[in-house]
Amino acid sequence: MIARLTVAERQSALLILIVMSFLGLAMAAAGRGTPFGLHGFLVIAASIGVGLPLLRKFYAPEPDPAQFEQYYDDPTKVGIVLAMLWAIAGMFVGVWVAALLAWPDLTIDAAWASFGRLRPIHTSGVIFGFGGNALIATSFHVLQRTSRARLPDQLSPWFVLLGYNLFCVVAATGYMMGVTQSKEYAEPEWYADIWLVIVWVVYFLIYIRTLARRKEPHIYVANWYYMAFILVVAILHIVNNLAVPVSFGDFKSYSAFSGVQDAMTQWWYGHNAVAFFLTAGFLGMLYYYLPKRAGRPIFSYRLSIISFWGITFMYMWAGSHHLHYTALPQWVQTLGMTFSIVLLVPSWASAGNALATLNGAWHKVRDDATLRFMMVAAVFYGISTFEGSFMAIRAVNSLSHYTDWTVGHVHAGALGWVAMITFGSIYALVPWMWKRETMYSARLIEVHFWLALAGTVVYVFAMWNSGIIQGLMWRTYTDSGTLAYSFIDSLVAMHPYYIARAFGGLLFLLGAIVGTYNVLMTIRVAKRERAQSGGGTDVPSYGRDPVLQAGE
Amino acid sequence: MHDMVVAFSKSWGLFYLVALAVGVVIYAYWPANRARFTRAKNSILDKDDRPWS
Ligand code: HEM
Ligand code: HEM
Repeated sequence: MIARLTVAERQSALLILIVMSFLGLAMAAAGRGTPFGLHGFLVIAASIGVGLPLLRKFYAPEPDPAQFEQYYDDPTKVGIVLAMLWAIAGMFVGVWVAALLAWPDLTIDAAWASFGRLRPIHTSGVIFGFGGNALIATSFHVLQRTSRARLPDQLSPWFVLLGYNLFCVVAATGYMMGVTQSKEYAEPEWYADIWLVIVWVVYFLIYIRTLARRKEPHIYVANWYYMAFILVVAILHIVNNLAVPVSFGDFKSYSAFSGVQDAMTQWWYGHNAVAFFLTAGFLGMLYYYLPKRAGRPIFSYRLSIISFWGITFMYMWAGSHHLHYTALPQWVQTLGMTFSIVLLVPSWASAGNALATLNGAWHKVRDDATLRFMMVAAVFYGISTFEGSFMAIRAVNSLSHYTDWTVGHVHAGALGWVAMITFGSIYALVPWMWKRETMYSARLIEVHFWLALAGTVVYVFAMWNSGIIQGLMWRTYTDSGTLAYSFIDSLVAMHPYYIARAFGGLLFLLGAIVGTYNVLMTIRVAKRERAQSGGGTDVPSYGRDPVLQAGE
Repeated sequence: MHDMVVAFSKSWGLFYLVALAVGVVIYAYWPANRARFTRAKNSILDKDDRPWS
């Protein structure tokens, strides 16, 4: 892969790594003996870890110019594998956290393994590690195919992919050491945040530069979603993380906001992270891989445009539904609630558009687990957005807020929608990338599908039950006007559901492990086949209707 | 200041969102765009897997 970089690109890469090593050294020196210093060493280690293989191929000859006649897919390939590995890691910690809630005695009594530190490792690991890598990998692929243009250079995509993963590792290791700015989904401290800004700007520039080179005049709608994801996440990230560090040698910083303004900024960020990280980017996947896999164009292109602008402009105003019954002015809460309800329209337009695309191809959905992953994702997208709009109503939120109902909603979206569409897209993409007709094993996709579906259903129903029981117990009064149940009573009532959730999560995790094995085996078999056929020409073979095998 | 911002966002916020919605619907349904959209949604399905030159 490194030999495919041009000599000039290899030199620039080395320069970047040297600069990074010095930055890491400065961090290590300034923050001696503190988490900040340790992160300095981590930066150095990462730079060397990438630098060594680079140096080994540094003097390789210039690559064959024929490669520039093909799309550049190496970063996509690595991104897919990273996404699957993060899926296992993040979901493993999810199951761990779920087990801790069910059996608190399981704790191993080390600071880094306490619930409060593991929980953000789970959320960042699955959202940013798994989701983010999948988004980056697929976006490079979709961008090139729909623009009919190659990526503008071969270095910046690597910078984005590897730089982003460095951010994720800094984040996760930081939580273990207690480094956090205590903003949910924006926990990493100022230095990691600045690094992510740099990475993200390069990412956006790749998009713009490739689009500027496009040969296809119309920009396909999937790209609009990916671009909204990149652009809005940049804005959200920068604004919500405005902070003043204690010093340049310390990890701690203080937010530029305080009080209710801080809360509003955080949940403007938080909700739009849901909207643009967990929704817009994955809708980009949906609008490309679902029609492609089904072999049918999207049902209504017009509808996809209308729902795009609906989602982009309405989500922005919905964040205050996280702050019902707080110090936030009543009208701002009402504004958020109103927009959340209207949001159902573009959300269901997208879900309906996806399902209508499949109408007439149900036999394919039945036979092809990959397509079924995508279909189920569209259904759960519809369910979780309906649920979200409902929970945003102030009166409903008074019951759901602080309860497991919210966690149920989150995972209906996260497992049912985000993870399902990702697995479906990856199964569609992997054979394409490694130039094979099919995945290593169609039966294992089937196994993964049923594990994932069963896991999601068990998880979500457990949390719905638990949440509603919890909420009702908290608001039940006796005749004399005192609370009927103590908090402990509600905990006891939740216990069986917590066990069920841990079990459902375990099924989901097992599915992800099966999926990863399948991906890795596909890569291995593809390499072996290529070696046997004597190197093989790199001629694209994908694009046909998926080949179905007996017994699938 | 606060009252001004509130008054502004409560009135103009509505108008610009309505204008935007109307604009988007007109764009999506503009007859001349139909051919472009039809081509776009079908073009991703072709079997071509090389950049165009
Ligand atoms: C194996 C599968 C999973 C398991 C067992 C699991 C388990 C958990 C647990 C136990 C919590 C903490 C709930 C609490 O504090 O009461 C949690 C929170 C969370 N998880 Fe997962 N999870 C899984 C997969 C995922 C995936 C794939 C995503 C995202 C793509 C995700 C996103 C989240 C988020 C955003 C939260 C925070 C929710 C909130 O603050 O309301 N999870 N998860
Ligand atoms: C129309 C779409 C949606 C609306 C209106 C909506 C609304 C809501 C509401 C009202 C809450 C509870 C806030 C609270 O009581 O604190 C919530 C929480 C949440 N939702 Fe949604 N939701 C939508 C779609 C989604 C989707 C598709 C996902 C995931 C892929 C998602 C992920 C989350 C997360 C992670 C939280 C937990 C935030 C926290 O940590 O407290 N939502 N949403």
